[in-house]
Amino acid sequence: MSQPAHVDPRGLRVVAGITAVVLALVLITPRPLSVALLAVQVAVFAISALVSLQASPYAVLFAKVVRPRIGPPAELEDARPPRFAQVVGLGFTAAALIAFLAGATTVGYVATAFALVAALLNASVGLCLGCEFYLALRRFTPARA
Amino acid sequence: MAGIVALLAAVVLTAVVAWLLKTRNGRFAEQPPRADRSGLTADDIGTELGERATLVQFSSAFCSPCRATRVLLTDIAAKVDGVVAVDIDAEEHLDMVRRFGIMRTPTVLVLDADGAISTRASGLPRREQVLAALGQAVGGPR
Repeated sequence: MSQPAHVDPRGLRVVAGITAVVLALVLITPRPLSVALLAVQVAVFAISALVSLQASPYAVLFAKVVRPRIGPPAELEDARPPRFAQVVGLGFTAAALIAFLAGATTVGYVATAFALVAALLNASVGLCLGCEFYLALRRFTPARA
Repeated sequence: MAGIVALLAAVVLTAVVAWLLKTRNGRFAEQPPRADRSGLTADDIGTELGERATLVQFSSAFCSPCRATRVLLTDIAAKVDGVVAVDIDAEEHLDMVRRFGIMRTPTVLVLDADGAISTRASGLPRREQVLAALGQAVGGPR
């Protein structure tokens, strides 16, 4: 990786907070609305994971509304760990969306709840759950040459 | 109804995980039961062992607290005589990751003068925690 991108860590917290609110709404709103909200969240994760963290609508909201009021960040953070976390979030929410659409409601709720836990941890204590256990998963895959 | 249960379960689980990681981070403890206790050599870490102790950090790309940990350990190694700090890319040394049962990054192994693992910690440690662990590695016989 030539020039690792850097992001404002406060933006990540705000994005995680909005994500947590949306996922909580997915769990408690009635059916057509909840699935629509989940589809929106899947799309947002897909943009952050596949395009860039700054391209996410939540990150744009942070850059336009929040950052002008709180000033420039004291330090920037490597974008790779949070980017990886967005991929994990995309996996869980996409699985939940497929489960809801296929009628496996319980599976959908469980997958959404896991994504919500990760988002809440990130928003509340700045912890990136996917990053923490990245290595634990890598241990079971063969070493690269 | 199921959704509300899932929401409450998620909030409780978040609180538990946050608390667990907060108390565990940087706490130097014994080896996990399945880990290899044989210790590390200069070959393993790619540089000479410290005269009195060595701090071996395992890092990965997807790890936010690794950088802060590296800064702290490098600073301690510069200030304490006979202590060397080494940063190892865990993904390129999965053999060692398995040998020592490393589950998270950063994990810091504290080696005594002979390269035997004195103690270890995962997560970003505080300076006092590292200094206390070094004191144990340099001082007491094990």
